[in-house]
Amino acid sequence: MAKKFVGQSIKRTEDPRLIKGLGHYVDDIKLPETLHVAFVRSMYAHARVKEVDVSEAINAPGVVAVYTGADASALIGPVPCASALPDLKVPDHRVLATDKVYFVGHPIAAVVATNAYAARDAVDLIMVDYEELTPVVDVEEAAAEGGPFIHEKFGDNIAYKLTAGEGDIDAALAGADHVIKQRIVNQRLAPIAMEPRGVLARYLPGEEELTIWSSTQIPHLLRTQLALMIGMPENKLRVITPEVGGGFGSKLNVYAEEALLGWISMRLAKPVKWIETRRENMQATIHGRGQVGYLEIGCMNDGTLAGLRYNVFADLGAYYQLLTPAIPTLTGLMLSGCYKIPAIQINVTGVFTNKVATDAYRGAGRPEATYVVERALDLVAQELSMDVVEVRRKNFPAPEEFPFHTATGLFYDSGNYEGALKKALEMSDYAKLREEQAKARAEGRIVGIGVSTYVEICALGPSQAMPAGGWESATVRIEPTGKVTIMTGASPHGQGQETSFAQIAADELGVDIKDVTVIHGDTSIVQYGIGTFGSRATAVGGTAVFIAIQKLKEKAHKIASHLLQADATNVAFGESGFSLQKAKAAVASGVEVPEPDLPVGQAPAGALPEPETDGKHVTLQDVALAAHLAKDLPPDMEPGLSVTYFFEPKNFTFPFGTHIAVVEIDRETGDIKFQRYVAVDDCGKVINPMLVDGQIQGGIVQALGQALYEEVVYDEQGQLVTGTLMDYAIPKAAMLPHFELARTETPTDVNPLGVKGVGEAGTIGATPCIVNAVVDALAPFGVRHLDMPLKPETIWKLIH
Amino acid sequence: MKMSLSMTVNGVAREHEVEPRLLLVHYLREVLNLTGTHVGCDTSTCGACTVRLDGQAVKSCTMFAIQADGSEVKTIEGFAGEGGQLHPVQEGFWECHGLQCGYCTPGMIIAAAQLIERTPQPTEAQIRHGLEGNLCRCTGYQHIVEAVQYAAKKS
Repeated sequence: MAKKFVGQSIKRTEDPRLIKGLGHYVDDIKLPETLHVAFVRSMYAHARVKEVDVSEAINAPGVVAVYTGADASALIGPVPCASALPDLKVPDHRVLATDKVYFVGHPIAAVVATNAYAARDAVDLIMVDYEELTPVVDVEEAAAEGGPFIHEKFGDNIAYKLTAGEGDIDAALAGADHVIKQRIVNQRLAPIAMEPRGVLARYLPGEEELTIWSSTQIPHLLRTQLALMIGMPENKLRVITPEVGGGFGSKLNVYAEEALLGWISMRLAKPVKWIETRRENMQATIHGRGQVGYLEIGCMNDGTLAGLRYNVFADLGAYYQLLTPAIPTLTGLMLSGCYKIPAIQINVTGVFTNKVATDAYRGAGRPEATYVVERALDLVAQELSMDVVEVRRKNFPAPEEFPFHTATGLFYDSGNYEGALKKALEMSDYAKLREEQAKARAEGRIVGIGVSTYVEICALGPSQAMPAGGWESATVRIEPTGKVTIMTGASPHGQGQETSFAQIAADELGVDIKDVTVIHGDTSIVQYGIGTFGSRATAVGGTAVFIAIQKLKEKAHKIASHLLQADATNVAFGESGFSLQKAKAAVASGVEVPEPDLPVGQAPAGALPEPETDGKHVTLQDVALAAHLAKDLPPDMEPGLSVTYFFEPKNFTFPFGTHIAVVEIDRETGDIKFQRYVAVDDCGKVINPMLVDGQIQGGIVQALGQALYEEVVYDEQGQLVTGTLMDYAIPKAAMLPHFELARTETPTDVNPLGVKGVGEAGTIGATPCIVNAVVDALAPFGVRHLDMPLKPETIWKLIH
Repeated sequence: MKMSLSMTVNGVAREHEVEPRLLLVHYLREVLNLTGTHVGCDTSTCGACTVRLDGQAVKSCTMFAIQADGSEVKTIEGFAGEGGQLHPVQEGFWECHGLQCGYCTPGMIIAAAQLIERTPQPTEAQIRHGLEGNLCRCTGYQHIVEAVQYAAKKS
């Protein structure tokens, strides 16, 4: 069938409710008698809690209850971490602090009151008696021998050490013509979903059912973990994710507040709500990145890469969240970039610090790797006085070398790195850019060109490589009236699966997209699923939809053949349903088509209509009706027309691309202005180009934020300096260039849709591109590397 | 102590007794149940709470409801025209994929509408400058710029 919807920029079906202000995020859901929760949080990075006096607060107007660590922490299971690494030290992470606080924002007590203002007022009435301890802030100092130690029982601040990689790295570096070393920092970032976290919990004591509305990326995984934490049967716990206002990995987690709210609702038998303030979000929602590393890259005189070693200190924070220790391992996996590097070694030292946990933030370990590799390639080019494009090209695997095995142990599915590079060079007119740069420099202007050729790991992933299953589920059902219902386990938070999955279904079933509804984010309605993260929703979840449809069509085909009284091989599925094939139909018309034996119309008035067929043709809608009425089905066929499928991918996918940035630096102010930004991305087959562009643009801007503006700053006392959006600079519209986007399309055989994933590409490819451009601009001043964010002040000092 | 408050919201006259410290955004969301206006930062930085107050786009998290006494307020729920006809800016956001998670969108739409009123045919730079009071973390703003251009053409 011709594809009417897949590949088209279809307007999103999600949008009408959102542009009218009629969507429902957690805080928009109102239940009668709801109580409101506010938290007392630690004002110190590291302190002993000697006493928590709640006596005044408990008597304050509107206050219903106050819970401290002494009340709750022994009764609720620890906040889970799903990463299993050898010899990993796991701190006991309770929902409320008991004897010690470990970071600014660490929750100490929960106040429950009749309204949010009263709860907030009472927070100020709780007296916490702290004994300050020396904070552990700097990751490298924390890793050194000697205290202070955050978790005394461990005897140091080292959470784990891990070495990975293949090839003889010592020999590779010893045999290289050049070995270049560089310290590289990936600073801490805050994900800043525009909707902070929020939880509404309602326990019904009669039904013994707990419903938790949470702004999360993983409703089913959250339900399992909360059931374990709270100690209630999983099948009595329902998690609903209404509209979710962005996640970027920060809501791919299980948080103390989610369990605590459920537990409080069970104790009080009332609905309870907590909506995170932005200040709490900066303090107590996970951060990303936070790596300080030492790069060694060996190369030959002709630019051939010999080996790469990266010794990295990962700033994990004081406690683990769901995936905290695993993020640096993803960095290790992607250190080959899109290059042939015979020997690679990563040595990770995971370090506890008195800060909130780091975890998955858009890209999750891969932007860190790509930044290291793409900076490394520029350092090699500079060392050898080669063009940055040539040194990259020199080390690309050719398209016929795929699946390409890296020294980090991966098999890249497919790639044409030269193809994307070539397109980006043409779009930007790279040769001319270099000429213009030379002219500009001669005029005293400071102009730089940055190139990044990236590859990323997506479609997470095969279950063997994932902590809690890497598959995704779909149910596709055709209702008796012919409407199509899809239920996906990949609950979105802005990605647009309600539209893109409907596009897939509409094409495969030959129905209008308006007749397809995509349901997600309710564990009592939707079959178990994994969630939306790791650029997996379409590649894994979309594939589950696609395969479920194929299985559903097989059944529909049998029913249609039965209704047409024809052999299944003579019935074809097309845009208007199932038809007798021409040859058979021609013969049939000659010998008079027998009237099909239709179901007998015994239904009373007002009941469903009967399926209709003219003997040559039956619509999908009539097949669905016949399947539900079940009066005339093939022998032994089960009624209904619904298929649930769990898709297990056999590999990750590896999207790639080339980004080119041109910047000019203002000599007087050190300010960086973009002249061009060209991005050629290859995410395999594209379902909806407009949505893919949106993902790329949004991703590039988060990368640009890291390169130029964003940095979570803790001072020497572990105080969070960037505690609000007045201090933490996320990019605004006027700070950004107009992006020139294009695509190449190299399909993958990892899934039948041929899609690779796109959610994190921009964030992975763009950061080094921008830094490379600025460093290139400053090369005449002897600059070979700069740490992010590249502040005008730093640049101005370098120039003057 | 409560104070009496009256204002017109989306064309409907409203009267309530409220605490003087009640923020306008909480009055709209909690008292009137107009939940299309969002809270994203508490510091007047993000613009998710933007509404129209007597014709001006303002951040409703930074003023008390009582300060809007006697005023006319329009929220995103009142932005469509007669019979639910989308405002050109709403239409532009839909046409140009100007939203992903949708959380910043109501404030963004209200700010963009004011921008077009003040500068009917804005340049790209004027649009980007005009939206500096509104943060979006999903789109990278380019589709938002296109949405505003679309609306400017239609207006």
